[in-house]
Amino acid sequence: MFLINCPYCGERDQSEFSCGGEAHIVRPKQPTELSDDQWAEYLFMRKNIKGVQFERWNHAHGCRKWFNMVRDTSNDKIHAVYKMGEKPPVE
Amino acid sequence: MKNKYSIFSLIKNAFSQHENWKQAWGDPEPKKEYEAIIIGGGGHGLATAYYLAKKHNMRNIAVLEKGWIGGGNTGRNTTIIRSNYLWDASAGLYDHALKIWENLSQELNYNIMFSQRGVMNLAHNLQDVRDLKRRTHANRLNGIDAVWLSTDQVKEFCPIINTSPDIRYPVLGGTLQRRAGTARHDAVAWGYARGANEMGVDIIQNCEVKGIKRNGDQVEGVETSKGFIKTKKIGVVAAGHSSVIANMAGLKLPLESKPLQALVSEPVKPIIDTVVMSNAVHAYVSQSDKGELVIGAGTDAYVSYTQRGSHDVVEGTLKAILELYPIFSRMKMLRQWGGIVDICPDASPIISKTNIKGLYFNCGWGHWRF
Repeated sequence: MFLINCPYCGERDQSEFSCGGEAHIVRPKQPTELSDDQWAEYLFMRKNIKGVQFERWNHAHGCRKWFNMVRDTSNDKIHAVYKMGEKPPVE
Repeated sequence: MKNKYSIFSLIKNAFSQHENWKQAWGDPEPKKEYEAIIIGGGGHGLATAYYLAKKHNMRNIAVLEKGWIGGGNTGRNTTIIRSNYLWDASAGLYDHALKIWENLSQELNYNIMFSQRGVMNLAHNLQDVRDLKRRTHANRLNGIDAVWLSTDQVKEFCPIINTSPDIRYPVLGGTLQRRAGTARHDAVAWGYARGANEMGVDIIQNCEVKGIKRNGDQVEGVETSKGFIKTKKIGVVAAGHSSVIANMAGLKLPLESKPLQALVSEPVKPIIDTVVMSNAVHAYVSQSDKGELVIGAGTDAYVSYTQRGSHDVVEGTLKAILELYPIFSRMKMLRQWGGIVDICPDASPIISKTNIKGLYFNCGWGHWRF
């Protein structure tokens, strides 16, 4: 449990948010052309990093907007929050 | 067995104030090379080593454990054992395991306190009723002893449950598997560790794997906190840390690791003689032989390797527990903890080779590992 600084609403309790998993997984341009393995790679395979991870979050019980977050999964410390479409911060 | 436990050894050791019991397993330094290395000294890793030694006659094996035996998820789960799974493959796997559990204390010469006290799964809405009835039928086709219980039968089987129709999530019935139950979780790890060690398996604690060495598509060994160990076969049985090991070998897995919480209460006299699970509200209760209520909660909905979990998850579970069991309203909780579970998109385990020769995975047991 932690506080999240929503880029639109400010600091709120984590229970107001829902996590959309790993960020920057690009949706395939030609879904009809994909093999089963490529689909599986896109849908299911995750880095599941212990350490600094880039994630998508949604302020589900607030503004309902999506944004990105850089969080250390080994201690739940948040390093950065940035809007969708913005470049991820380089660390 | 050199050091067999029996009533006679108990009496004999009583004369020396129980100070001369031999160590149940050794504490060796790793050798330079092994035929196979198991990464992870939990229940699954130790069982893997035990059966490799026993059924496949591989004795030159090491089990590498980052912490200590019984200190990971094996000592953190809520000890529930059941095999009433829907799909044929799952039912086959879990019922095979349940049959092993039934004779495990005798086989290992170690009391794992296996207790077939029954596991009841409650239905709280119409979809639950349909799903659980379907699962009961599927179970019976697979020869698993599941039965459907009406609300009255639930009340009769476990009288302390509040079956009033006007609570937020009323009990609309449930399923019962009588052969299911609980076991002492860390005793299972200790029993397998002792059994495997007896057959020559090296159990190396406080030995963290730092890297996997490959030559092309063949594994060559592991880098550990106790130095490099050569091997041609690696079995990764690292539960919540499976992806961490996979990343070392350049693989991705369809897993996400999340904290799953549990808590125990102060000990009280026997009040609940079965295991009751309510998936819809994430509330799982049984009572240990010491008298503590053992309560399982849900997972946090984000990836995290912190072994604690969020307060709101526990709060939600306890609200549900209080509504279902008003008699527990004054119980004090003594301890709370989290274990990191590795969850697949379909919540089913992976036991598999990989496209790297000699690298095997057993993971994805998620909430249903024990």
